[in-house]
Amino acid sequence: MDTFDSPDAVAGALRSVGYLPDPTIAQVVFLAHRLEKPILAEGPAGVGKTALALAIAEAAGRRLVRLQCYEGLDESKALYEWNYHKQLLRLQRDEGKEWDDLQEGIFSESFLLSRPLLEAIRSEDPVVLLIDEVDRVEVETEALLLEMLDTFQVTIPELGTITSATKPVVVLTSNNTRELSEALKRRCLYLHLDYPTIEREREILRSRVPDLDEAMALRIAETVASIRMIEMRKRPSVSESLDWARALLALGLDVDSEATIETLNVLLKHRADIERVAEQLRVVGDR
Amino acid sequence: MIDRLAAFAEELRAIGIPVSMVEVIDAAEAMDHVDLSTSDGLRAALGATMVKSGRHRDAFDRAFDVFFELGGAGQPLLREGFDAARDADGLVPSIADALNRDDRDRLLELIREAVQRFGQLEAGRSGGSSYHAYRVLRRLDPDAIRDLLIRSAGQRGGTLDDRLAADRADRRIRTLREEVHREALRRLVEERGVASVARSVRGPLVEDLDLQHATVGEIKAIEQAIAPLARKLATRLSQRRRHGHRGRLDVRGTIRRSLAHGGVLVEPRFRKPRVAKPQIVLLCDTSGSMATFSRFTLQITHTIVSELSGVRSFVFVEGVDEVTGLFGSDQDFDASLRRIATAADVYRGDGHSDYGASFAEFTDRYLDSVAPRTTVIVTGDARTNFRTPAVDRFQIIADRARAVFWLNPEPERFWDTGDSVMGAYASRCDRVEEVRSLRQLEGFIERAALPIE
Repeated sequence: MDTFDSPDAVAGALRSVGYLPDPTIAQVVFLAHRLEKPILAEGPAGVGKTALALAIAEAAGRRLVRLQCYEGLDESKALYEWNYHKQLLRLQRDEGKEWDDLQEGIFSESFLLSRPLLEAIRSEDPVVLLIDEVDRVEVETEALLLEMLDTFQVTIPELGTITSATKPVVVLTSNNTRELSEALKRRCLYLHLDYPTIEREREILRSRVPDLDEAMALRIAETVASIRMIEMRKRPSVSESLDWARALLALGLDVDSEATIETLNVLLKHRADIERVAEQLRVVGDR
Repeated sequence: MIDRLAAFAEELRAIGIPVSMVEVIDAAEAMDHVDLSTSDGLRAALGATMVKSGRHRDAFDRAFDVFFELGGAGQPLLREGFDAARDADGLVPSIADALNRDDRDRLLELIREAVQRFGQLEAGRSGGSSYHAYRVLRRLDPDAIRDLLIRSAGQRGGTLDDRLAADRADRRIRTLREEVHREALRRLVEERGVASVARSVRGPLVEDLDLQHATVGEIKAIEQAIAPLARKLATRLSQRRRHGHRGRLDVRGTIRRSLAHGGVLVEPRFRKPRVAKPQIVLLCDTSGSMATFSRFTLQITHTIVSELSGVRSFVFVEGVDEVTGLFGSDQDFDASLRRIATAADVYRGDGHSDYGASFAEFTDRYLDSVAPRTTVIVTGDARTNFRTPAVDRFQIIADRARAVFWLNPEPERFWDTGDSVMGAYASRCDRVEEVRSLRQLEGFIERAALPIE
């Protein structure tokens, strides 16, 4: 697979599917593949953490297996579950057989329901496993991931240990709403993602909204960066600045104070934020 | 190279960044796959393997600069025959011009010259790199350069244009400051060697900053780091709620459910366990001596209030007042702070804190808020200004509550000195902790879920 040959190759491959990595991202993705270690991407919402995993999958031509984390996620939703109903049907059909035969049959792979983690391990072809928003699960559930992240294997008491045939590229994302455990962090390559620099955001805008001219892309990037510096509840994400660029184009507006204030609702999603930013943008002169 | 890596890991640990042995091995392995001709790849590799928190990133970068980037780079000090008579006034326009054109090479050249001239780096002086950088920046006067940058920006004259021009100038000035610091650092590394310079630039991490005496810049950093911690505390306190989410077997429900499968008991049903809501009462001393610290405790309170429902919060100085409702649901912490500052009725006389009167008033007015399942958390220095501590009133609160925790921002060795009566209250608390830094706060949070004897 030449996608992961060098950091430059990684960068090129990601670019070709529309994700513009900075050098650090390319380097870490490259290392993750070489060292067979998961990537833990942490940063505010909307800086492209999930998009990175999607782009890696697309660039490498791999299937993406996604585990969306939420409070209360447990083994049966993350790893595997026995197909209860199917087991019961089988038991009813096999009525009268010896206990040993029965037991043998119903705890085999055909009665196993794979959930994302097991699915990623059992896949014949290498996959990209995305464990999204890992900071949402409880600390105790984190432990469930450790065996998997360490050795890419899963132990099922009735079946034994299942080891992956191919090494998946694993990406965990976290919005840093709580501190992850040391044990989890130790196993991962850490990638801190923040809002892109103006230069990179301009490039992203140019590549995703091709109708945008150079000067306007720069101006939009600068304006969004300026708005992000204002204290608020939810800062505009990259995808929101893309939406905003498209909206400005569609409306045929220039990027000035009035147009920005009028279209703020594309960029910001909270009433209070919109009011505060509008107020700041009306202030005349040097602050 | 391995020796250097080991020394680097040692340095990170000395700063306070936890780097385990496994992580050093990972870093060494990563180095095998990195193109070492530039430092960028190495920085990314070591950063990803050794530093697992965004808030340690700056400290890592600084140490990396000293160890791998600046040392022994062998940059020519100065071109021969530079204009010896040129002083700061001569340099400033060139620097502004280089900044304006984003000409990095030219800028670095000019900064090298500036540091050489004004940095007072003659051998034998012992200042740290920030001392030398300060001397240089004082001569260059970044504020004046900023004005120059803004003036030279051809303006279209709208408010947004002004704003963006100012932002651009700010960014460039930031670059200037950073590069001056790096150049001063580079010169020092050349002169004194990596180890001694690394030691001199070691600063405290966010989690080790003193919460009581934080500077404006530090407060910002602490506030950013405090939010995930506060949320962790909220989950810790509510943990009892979630444990064992299966209740007792619901026989009737199981049989009813079995009808769908021809009477076979396929899926057992369980009763929902009775949810015991965590009840928390927070009591924050907001008097003048606690000004900086109470900002953080109120921020924690703000987060907990927005995460959990059964929380009531109070502030006290000479009297006590409930502020639960003042933390709006809008999650705007600064607005909440302003509301509390104007609306909370806690002053009765001279504005010095009176713990006794506050606890007495609390038992008179708000004792209902403390039930047998309530955890009470008090934050304050227990300095009564020599007024009666009213320990008996505090005892009443403690008797009713499930547990009482007290967080004191003063060093433990100062407790019970002067007007501090920490000891008198401590015997009534389940746990009293010195919380002067985020690290200690985190320790308290880790222990908060432990059962109380």
